[in-house]
Amino acid sequence: MTTVDSLAEAATHPGGAKPAKGAKRSWAGWIFALPALIIYAVFVLRPTVATVQYSFYDWDGISAATPVGLDNYKRVLTDPELVSSIWHAFFLIIFFTIIPVFGGLLIATLLQEIKQKGIVTAARTALFLPQIIPGAAAAIAWVWLLSINGAVNQLLEAIGLGSITRAWLGDFTWALPSVGMIGTWLGLGFCTILLVAGIGKIDGSIYEAARLDGAGFFARFRSVTLPGLRSELGVCVTVTVIAALASFDIVLMSTQGGPGGATMVPGVLVYHLGFTESRLGLASALGVLLTILILVVILPLQRFFQED
Amino acid sequence: MNSGLRERVPGMLMLVITMLFCIFPLVSMLSAALQPQGSVPSGLSWPSDPQWHNFADAWKVANITPLLVSSLILVVGVVPIVALCATMAGYALGQLKIPGGGIFFVLLLFGLTLPQEATVVPLYYQMRDYGLLNSRFGLILALAGVFMPFAVFWMRAHFLSVPKELNESSAIDGATRWQQFRYVQVPLAVPAIASMCLLLFLWTWNNFLQAIVLIDEPSHRTMAGALLNFVGQYSTDVVLLNAGSLLIMAPTIVVFLIFQRQFSKAMLAGAVKG
Repeated sequence: MTTVDSLAEAATHPGGAKPAKGAKRSWAGWIFALPALIIYAVFVLRPTVATVQYSFYDWDGISAATPVGLDNYKRVLTDPELVSSIWHAFFLIIFFTIIPVFGGLLIATLLQEIKQKGIVTAARTALFLPQIIPGAAAAIAWVWLLSINGAVNQLLEAIGLGSITRAWLGDFTWALPSVGMIGTWLGLGFCTILLVAGIGKIDGSIYEAARLDGAGFFARFRSVTLPGLRSELGVCVTVTVIAALASFDIVLMSTQGGPGGATMVPGVLVYHLGFTESRLGLASALGVLLTILILVVILPLQRFFQED
Repeated sequence: MNSGLRERVPGMLMLVITMLFCIFPLVSMLSAALQPQGSVPSGLSWPSDPQWHNFADAWKVANITPLLVSSLILVVGVVPIVALCATMAGYALGQLKIPGGGIFFVLLLFGLTLPQEATVVPLYYQMRDYGLLNSRFGLILALAGVFMPFAVFWMRAHFLSVPKELNESSAIDGATRWQQFRYVQVPLAVPAIASMCLLLFLWTWNNFLQAIVLIDEPSHRTMAGALLNFVGQYSTDVVLLNAGSLLIMAPTIVVFLIFQRQFSKAMLAGAVKG
């Protein structure tokens, strides 16, 4: 895109000394980009390259590193603890992405558009709160909610489900879905706001025309609402899928991956391996794999939701 | 679009339920924080005698004063550095269309999807080699790097929307490139820069991973980063834990309530641009 633009620019200023001067000047423009590039390169790109490098070594951070080829990667793909952490991350997508996106879509479709200013302000304030609070603090709130004496059990008892109350985050079966609930809480308000705002931008006359053509509720949803919300849906899915796959703070603060690794996710495992167990090579291999997984999932999604 | 009020009722009901769901954890925290200290609170119940002084005690126990100072120092470091560098780089990419800018753009795109956990282990050793471990200056630089891709994207999007003629006409008036940037482009970019700064403030204040990895002393971290040790010490004292956590969340919530409209706008636009 940039090359095409500069070619077009060169074409519109033909002849003489001007293009030469123009070309020289545009290289000079790098002075503006350089400070950002340097900071980004030193503190993000360099560690990224180092992660790849570390992943081929066995190193404890103190003694000399020994090259081990692809051993760390073999280990990440075969060790049950490491493999299960990756599955957990994918399982969390149900709670971080699918439930919030469908919930937000349902609310947006039912509401169509909100005209009352007061409701808009109140809704925006409440729905944005989970985005404003640090994840670590949200985790503390949910640990208390989901504890044996917490409000979730109180609520369940009130509606006659007292028999299923438990310490949710300490239960081998329910700990992961419970951590997922925190993710649902993080994403639902965000997706709802985005989708309600998006549906308000769809031209009302399109719905009217569809109605006149005899399209029912579901036909209108499929042929007007969904295409109209394409880019908003893309944003919701992209942001929440990355949040699920790269989850860290809420898991570390709520369960630390327990009980017995039931809620272990790659982000927390990289942290444990790197800073508690000092197995830097293995931690780095998992980090590289996590990055690749995110790219492999996100890039096709981006393409799918791109508006032509 | 002329759907009647009755048709809206299910949607409104669901919206209200979702809103309650979003504030539910905070209400539950508040109800626990106001119980008598040392008691074991149970579920959601308004205490008969709310113990507001719990917040004063938690303020001391959770070291809120040094934490506020520490977070402020970090914000004052990160936000101007990123805002300045990103505005300049956004100008270079969006207006000057620098040669090779496409490669820079793709590198930034990669940075937007890169999970921060993946690079944090080598970052720790790199900072150790630079002698920047346990220093706020080191954390400021690390965070500036992490936020840079988004910030440059944001400013590039702004500068793409500025008509090229603006630079051309000021060039005819004899302005140098820097003068054009400083006196023509930046003043026009102020709204975009301001909303970006709001987001940068929020992300710095709430940063957790880099804060706990790069700084050992909890009171030198961000507010969020200090929570890790606070929980370690007070995990059994439900009342103080909740009161302290609410205090730690309070500053961003207050700032959000004040700048609510700008925040929401920035976050929605930020999501779409990112």
